[in-house]
Amino acid sequence: MSEPLTPPKRKDPLVVTRAGHVPPALRSRAATAMAARAGLGRFVLQVCDDCARATYPQRDRCPFCWGELRWQDQPDGAVIEAETTIRSSIDLFFKDHLPWRVGSARLDAGPMATVHLHGDVGQGDRVKIELKLDRSGNPALFAMPEKETPHMADDPQLRVFTADPKYRRVLVTDGRTATGQAVAEALLKAGAKTVFLGNADPLMRYPGQDRIEATAGIEPVRLSLTDTRSIEALAGQLGGRVDIVVNTAQFSRQGGVGFGGNLNDLQSGLDLEVTGLMRLAQGFAPALSGRSDDGDRSAAAFVDIASIHGLTGRAGFAGSSAAAAARLSLLASLRGEMARTGIRVISVLTGPVDDGWHQNVPPPKTAPAQIARAVVTALQQGQETICADEVAKDVLTRWQDDPLLTIREENK
Amino acid sequence: MSKTVLADLAVALATGQVRVIDLTNTLSPDFPVIVLPAEFGQCAPFRMEKLSRYDADGPAWYWNNISMNEHTGTHFDAPAHWVTGKDLPSNTVDAIPAQDFVAPAVVIDISAESAADADFVLTREFLENWETEHGTIPPDHWIALRTDWYKRVGTPEYLNLLEDGAHSPGPDAGAVEFLVHDRKCVGLAVETVGTDAGQASTFNPPLPAHSILHGNGRFGLQCLTNLDKLPTFGAIIVACPLKIEGGSGSPLRVVALVEGEAA
Repeated sequence: MSEPLTPPKRKDPLVVTRAGHVPPALRSRAATAMAARAGLGRFVLQVCDDCARATYPQRDRCPFCWGELRWQDQPDGAVIEAETTIRSSIDLFFKDHLPWRVGSARLDAGPMATVHLHGDVGQGDRVKIELKLDRSGNPALFAMPEKETPHMADDPQLRVFTADPKYRRVLVTDGRTATGQAVAEALLKAGAKTVFLGNADPLMRYPGQDRIEATAGIEPVRLSLTDTRSIEALAGQLGGRVDIVVNTAQFSRQGGVGFGGNLNDLQSGLDLEVTGLMRLAQGFAPALSGRSDDGDRSAAAFVDIASIHGLTGRAGFAGSSAAAAARLSLLASLRGEMARTGIRVISVLTGPVDDGWHQNVPPPKTAPAQIARAVVTALQQGQETICADEVAKDVLTRWQDDPLLTIREENK
Repeated sequence: MSKTVLADLAVALATGQVRVIDLTNTLSPDFPVIVLPAEFGQCAPFRMEKLSRYDADGPAWYWNNISMNEHTGTHFDAPAHWVTGKDLPSNTVDAIPAQDFVAPAVVIDISAESAADADFVLTREFLENWETEHGTIPPDHWIALRTDWYKRVGTPEYLNLLEDGAHSPGPDAGAVEFLVHDRKCVGLAVETVGTDAGQASTFNPPLPAHSILHGNGRFGLQCLTNLDKLPTFGAIIVACPLKIEGGSGSPLRVVALVEGEAA
């Protein structure tokens, strides 16, 4: 069993904070392609078109027959054939985290691979291999116990690859919506110590206010993503205490472009969702980055929840989809910046949320509870992109297969 | 007119015999704006983005870009703001003669009534009784409704938006008709977020202050402060809206000139 994580002690002010180093970042294009799939939580290997053999590590051509390689999902079983403990390293990140256990795993898919080991697995064990992202956003194979073990998620090596909310302090940007409240409650249930819950208008009541603000672990804070000074003020106050930021702000309105579009709605949406995201990142990213390797309660992740239709546009919600597109684009750039500092940037993709602004949209719609579950899962798994529901999954799958076709389909 | 009037005023200002009272709330992101039902367009609050502050974007200068609605913060309503005033001449802030921006005020104190009842409705009968006590309201005056509502700024009780709508004092149609037609007022100046009562959309006719004032070419001033610092008669209000082309209103600095010893 893993040593259960205990509530972190308060920090000794005389101890220098450990710098947030990341493992070596420079990788091949093939490795980057593997990272993109790892970010989705998939376990993939390259398989040869000609000889059908799987290969690892990533290559540009098949090492057996020089054939073309394609990424394919693989069975995740393996056996640990050898293990070793690294006690010395010149890499700045691993040097700070020694000893570090690795092993050689015979993958059920065929290849032998060097993998990081969970504390509950050792030589000879059957394991479940997960394709993870390391702190610099590169792919890494991690051997998990085949069956659940006590406190499995608390394994210190595993926590380097995840952003588990347990004992962490989270800022949820908009607690005035059902989504913000569901996310806050799910995070507390997943073990978060505190959820700072944003309220853009503390003088104005909102549905669910009495219940959510009376919940143990919730700390209401004034925060408006359209007001730069409110973000600066909150970051100045809490920047050093927030370990995870979850941006639940959304402004979705029905409307077209040439017909039935509303310029004020577009401007409001862009200001809240796009400029607001940049304001939020500028307020909190530096402080998160400075504490990305600060013990058990290090800063870990920046999560943004956006419509899947940012990938495609959507007839009837043109402006909202444009805001989501810009949001996804900003988030992709932020991901690149934060990978250099060890902070995971997570995108939770949703279908039309089941709220008052999507009354005219027929089901299926995305329930706030589904979004909350996706946020927690992505943090616990260390995923980069996650779909909250079947609508988002369907659009993403079609978009991955044929982006131009999906764009046409969604804009009919 | 004697050419010494302004010179006398200059002396009075310099000596404090005439004092300038600020009737304006500070424009800030926190200042509440009117909230309409969600299906309507919403009034944008005040926002400010720094362009530079003695930094790389402007080493020696500080300035901001600002944005807001024409009706954010302490603001002026032009006749074109309401459908009843849409066809009047000179009905937008750029077209109103500048002469109209300076006018005397009569202050009607309904602060006690408003404290007792947030839905206090000002009626013609109330005004006639008020005149019996204080004297007739002269023509060409702003009617300043002192409610002390400005003291609620920064609390939920300012907008006082409950589940059945907003609750704040204001006039009924009879009172506005009386002020507009029988007393020839310049307009209605209030401390609340609108010239109409919070519940005025349920009145018959609805929203009488907006409807009757603007339909007759009169103005509105909202979100004022410090009306309790003005005398009942004798103050002069200076309220110059921004000259926005075709604008329906404007945030502005409103001041009152009052006679008396320096505070």
